Amino acid sequence: MADNKRIDHPTGTETVGHEWDGIEELNTPLPRWWLWTFYATVVFAIGYCVVYPTIPTANGAPGGKLNWSSRDELEKTLVARQTELKPIHAALAATDIAALPGKPELMSQAIAGGAAAFKVHCVQCHGSGAVGSKGYPNLNDDDWLWGGDLATLEKTIADGIRQPEHKATRFSQMPAFGRDGILQPAQVDDVTSYVRVLAKQERPSTSSARGGSLYSANCAVCHGPDGTGMRSQGAPNLTDGIWLYGGDRDTIRQTITNSRYGVMPAWNLHLDTVTIRMLAAYVHSLGGGEAAPAPTPAPADATAAAAPAEAANGGG
Amino acid sequence: MESLVMRSGAWLLAALLAFFALAFSADSGFAIHMGIIMLAALIALWATMSGADYGAIARGVLRMPDPGRYDDDPIRWGVIATVFWGLAGFLVGLLIALQLAYPVLNLGLEWTTFGRLRPLHTSAVIFAFGGNALICTSFYIVQRTCRARLAFPALARFVFWGYQLFIVLAATGYLLGITEGKEYAEPEWYVDLWLTVVWVSYLAVFVGTIVKRSEPHIYVANWFFLSFIVTVAMLHLVNGLSMPVSLLGSKSYAAFSGVQDALTQWWYGHNAVGFFLTAGFLAMMYYFVPKQAERPIYSYRLSIIHFWSLIFLYIWAGPHHLHYTALPDWAQTLGMVFSVMLWMPSWGGMINGLMTLNGAWDKIRTDPIIRMMVMALAFYGMSTFEGPMMSIKSVNSLSHYTDWTIGHVHSGALGWNGMITFAALYYLTPRLWNRQRLYSLRMVNWHFWLSTVGIVLYAASMWVAGIMQGLMWREYGADGYLVYSFAEVVAAMFPMYLIRAAGGVLYLGGALVMAYNIWMTIAGQLRSEQPMTETPYNEAADRPLVPAAAE
Repeated sequence: MADNKRIDHPTGTETVGHEWDGIEELNTPLPRWWLWTFYATVVFAIGYCVVYPTIPTANGAPGGKLNWSSRDELEKTLVARQTELKPIHAALAATDIAALPGKPELMSQAIAGGAAAFKVHCVQCHGSGAVGSKGYPNLNDDDWLWGGDLATLEKTIADGIRQPEHKATRFSQMPAFGRDGILQPAQVDDVTSYVRVLAKQERPSTSSARGGSLYSANCAVCHGPDGTGMRSQGAPNLTDGIWLYGGDRDTIRQTITNSRYGVMPAWNLHLDTVTIRMLAAYVHSLGGGEAAPAPTPAPADATAAAAPAEAANGGG
Repeated sequence: MESLVMRSGAWLLAALLAFFALAFSADSGFAIHMGIIMLAALIALWATMSGADYGAIARGVLRMPDPGRYDDDPIRWGVIATVFWGLAGFLVGLLIALQLAYPVLNLGLEWTTFGRLRPLHTSAVIFAFGGNALICTSFYIVQRTCRARLAFPALARFVFWGYQLFIVLAATGYLLGITEGKEYAEPEWYVDLWLTVVWVSYLAVFVGTIVKRSEPHIYVANWFFLSFIVTVAMLHLVNGLSMPVSLLGSKSYAAFSGVQDALTQWWYGHNAVGFFLTAGFLAMMYYFVPKQAERPIYSYRLSIIHFWSLIFLYIWAGPHHLHYTALPDWAQTLGMVFSVMLWMPSWGGMINGLMTLNGAWDKIRTDPIIRMMVMALAFYGMSTFEGPMMSIKSVNSLSHYTDWTIGHVHSGALGWNGMITFAALYYLTPRLWNRQRLYSLRMVNWHFWLSTVGIVLYAASMWVAGIMQGLMWREYGADGYLVYSFAEVVAAMFPMYLIRAAGGVLYLGGALVMAYNIWMTIAGQLRSEQPMTETPYNEAADRPLVPAAAE
């Protein structure tokens, strides 16, 4: 086709005879390995199309010799998993959570399931290591606002904390002592000093002495005369140096002035009983889980709404 | 005189229309864009009316040589624009890489969040840097391989400036939050229309030049350029089909919805890779590699077979972006098998590029520009093997949605597109400005090593990050429950993000060295430096591979 063919000296291959701006082309044949690999991929493609769906069908049925479809495969995997979990879920549904420690195998299965559910539903607030952050309790320690035994945890998770329009939810409300004028700013300062003395973060002073009598009159009803808190109100222990919102003067002053109102969803609105039971088992296993309390009748003091309490959210 | 009045009138009309669109605009983003268009029209009006020879002024400022046999002015502008947009795109890339490691760098401003800067980065590097490189090299190559001056010289200048306006509108739109939400096709309807006008003009200039060629045959580089221009036009038109909410507002809705929209988008997205970043850059390779190596193309037959198989197979491979989604299984099957068949056609280009050095292998040691081309082809080969592999469904179930994809894209973009463009710029600059040589060849060598180490850090860290991410997402414990939460996987990526950013620093550093080198070359300086190597090229010592007999 062209008349300028020549043999290229270094390679000994003939050129095609064209030339553009000094560029020539050799007439080297296709590399055999290249051509055969190309053919092999074509053969693979044809074979794959024979066994897997390739031609659209009107009713969406899978095609191909294997009659495979991704939806069928997903369905089968899910069914297999559900079949595997069914006896565990049935056993968990039938077992009262307080009886779980007596069944170590079921307990470990519940903890595994709870850990997975926790990663989906709880990490957003409590953190992937359950260490919490400001306003969200650390679930690894043994400091619990509402109680740390299995049954209590289960109830806290199921009914949530201050879930609006949910009757069974855990509820308490600390008064906004400063904002509502119950205490004057100077008095709030004194109570702050006293609370920090309780937590051994400050030395007693004249301010904390004044604060002590204010504390007895206003705070002791929920936080206890010695400041160790009251779980029936979710009122935190003020003496342990563990703070939900912070233990510096500014934060405590803020808390007393404006109060707090942490919330956690009532998970029984979103999750089934078994998942909640598993979550409770998992949270219990994190390190701070408590044994069930001795079966003494709890004091039936249900004046929660009026009782001051540092706000809390979460099960801890 | 009459034509001057006509042209001034047309620019004034354009400025007035933009002004009215601004005044009655439905949203502030549209108003800002109309302001930019009005400003552009007023600048054009002033340039027309003042009657000064801006071409001559620009030639003086940019120290361009006198007009020669070919129409090279738009190409010189293109070289400068390519370097400029490259630096901008790499810089934004580095910033968003750091944002992933340190979210505080989002700065708490809506305009500087990752979500808006990420399309700015991708469009800046693909369309601004890559697009300018393709337009200017295609104008350079088509003239020389056709032995014809550019057809429609005024239109060629319009293509250059119109494309820059498109880039400015697209980039400012991303920052303002104007987007169609389609990856690599984010600009809204009016910017799409403008690009269509520019692109059709580009096609006219290119085809016009081929038509008036003085060569009997059309060189392979021009086949690739033509397939790139035509296919990109088709992809852009179909994927951009949308209905504006208001003719004076920026928002529009796509013509397709649901999975049809997704498939159209990835038909577009995948072929933007196939025809913009592969076919177009192969065209560059087919000219600059044989010119720099001073060797004939390895195989004419391979160029024909791999060209036609590449463009035929590429267009069907898009569904592999939608494995295990709502897309019907049969479409996923086709996307996968066409991708697998693409492996060898893609490698045809690598073989033809690398084997063109047959008889000049020694230049890899002596010529840093050849070394860049070889590295570009090596990364091209690597990514075009990795791509078909990742399209296999069982591999994709691990790799999809992970940073492996990001690593794959960047080994192609930084390694292949970046390196071959840098090599082309180093080839073009001294020739376009009639300089004896580049300012410094040693700086090219520095650029080569900075880029290469940067790419290795980038790609390796993202491969590790992506595979780790994929394995962590699917890790089940003994009880059959997932082991990791999403946030734990994010936390595990942190060191990889730092290594990736370090790679970006090196790559940007290399580009800065290049910008200085090109700047000094244009300024006419020659750095006095030791030659690159003491051993000159010895043709006698260069043993080519065993010649294959022609059939």
